[in-house]
Amino acid sequence: MKRRDVVRSLLKNRKDLLVVAGLGSTAWDITAAGDSPLNFPMWGAMGQAAMMGLGLALAQPKRRVLVITGDGEMLMGMGSLATIGVQQPPNLTVVVIDNERYGETGMQETHTAHGIDLNGVARSCGLKVVDFKNLPAAIHKAKGPHFAVVKVDAEKIPLVLPPREGTLLKARFRRALLGPKADAE
Amino acid sequence: MWPDQIHKELSAAAVRVVGYVPDAGHKRLIELCQADKKMRAVVLSTEEEGIGLAAGAWLGGQKSVLLMQSSGVGNVVNVLGMVRECRFPLVTLVTMRGEQGEFNPWQVPMGQATRTVFEAMGTVVHAPATEAEIVPTVNAALRLAYNSYASVAVLIPQRVIGIKSFQDQTSR
Repeated sequence: MKRRDVVRSLLKNRKDLLVVAGLGSTAWDITAAGDSPLNFPMWGAMGQAAMMGLGLALAQPKRRVLVITGDGEMLMGMGSLATIGVQQPPNLTVVVIDNERYGETGMQETHTAHGIDLNGVARSCGLKVVDFKNLPAAIHKAKGPHFAVVKVDAEKIPLVLPPREGTLLKARFRRALLGPKADAE
Repeated sequence: MWPDQIHKELSAAAVRVVGYVPDAGHKRLIELCQADKKMRAVVLSTEEEGIGLAAGAWLGGQKSVLLMQSSGVGNVVNVLGMVRECRFPLVTLVTMRGEQGEFNPWQVPMGQATRTVFEAMGTVVHAPATEAEIVPTVNAALRLAYNSYASVAVLIPQRVIGIKSFQDQTSR
C-alpha cells in the first residue's frame, strides 16, 4: 500500500477526531491529507507520539484520539505501549505506518525490516490489535486502546510540510478543541 | 508531612494527571495521588514518557505534574526541547540524589548535573533549601508554570528526604 493513500483513508470523514502525528513522514502524511487545527504534527521529541496521544485521550475522554506514527518513531518509544496498556484508554488508537525504514535520514532499515513485530509487542502490552479494514470502527467507535501496523511501500515522495512553529501548533489545537477556555486558563 | 501538603497543593491547582516513575522519595505522594479519585496516576516506563503525557494532557486542557528522581532528569533532555519550543507548561517535582550524604557513587554525576541540565534546556529551577520551603515553592512553581506557560522544576533536597543507606531505602 501507499502511505499517503492509507493516511488519507484513515482521515476521511474524520469528524472531530483529534490527531497526533510522530516526527517525520507521518507528520507530512497527515498534512497531505488536509491540514487541520486538530492535527498536532510533531517536529521533534522522537518517541513521544503515543504518549502525547495518551495524555490527550485521558484529558478528553469524550473525544476519539488517533496517533499516526512511523515504525522508527514507535520503536524509540516502545515502553509507552506498556504504559498505555496499564491505563487502557478506551478512546485511543495508535497506527504505525510501517515502511521498515528511517525515511528522513537516508532510508536505513529499521528493526521491523528484520522481523521485529510491533503488533506482537502491542498485543503483549494489552492493546487490541486490529486489521487495516477494521480501523475505521476502531478509531471512531469501538472500545480501545487499539493498535495497528499498516505495512506500506518504502518510497520517497514529496514533502508536504505543516506549520513549524511549536507555539502556533499548540495554540491552534487548544483553541479549536477548547474554544475560549483555551486562552482563559 | 510535606508530601501530604504537596498533594493538597496539586489538588487545589486542579492537577488531574500525575506521571511518575517509582521513587522512594516520592512514595507517599505517589500513594496519595493514586488514592485521589480526581487524579489519574500514570506509571511510566521511563521519565521521558512523562513529558509526552504532560504535553498531551495540556493539549486536551488538563494540568499535570511529573514526579521523578534526579537520575531521571538526564532521560528527558531532548524532549524538553519540545516543551520549550511549544511553551508547554510543565511542573516537575524532583527528589534529589547524589547530593548531601549520598551513599551510592553512581547517583552523584547526574545528581550534581541536575540543575545544569534543566537550565540548559530552558527549565526554571526552584531549589528549596529546607523542608519548610518545599510546599510554598511547589505552590509558586504551579503558578509560574500555568500562569506563565513555563517549564519549572522543584528540586527536593536529599537532606529532607533523608535516605541514608540501601537498607534504609528498601525498608521504606
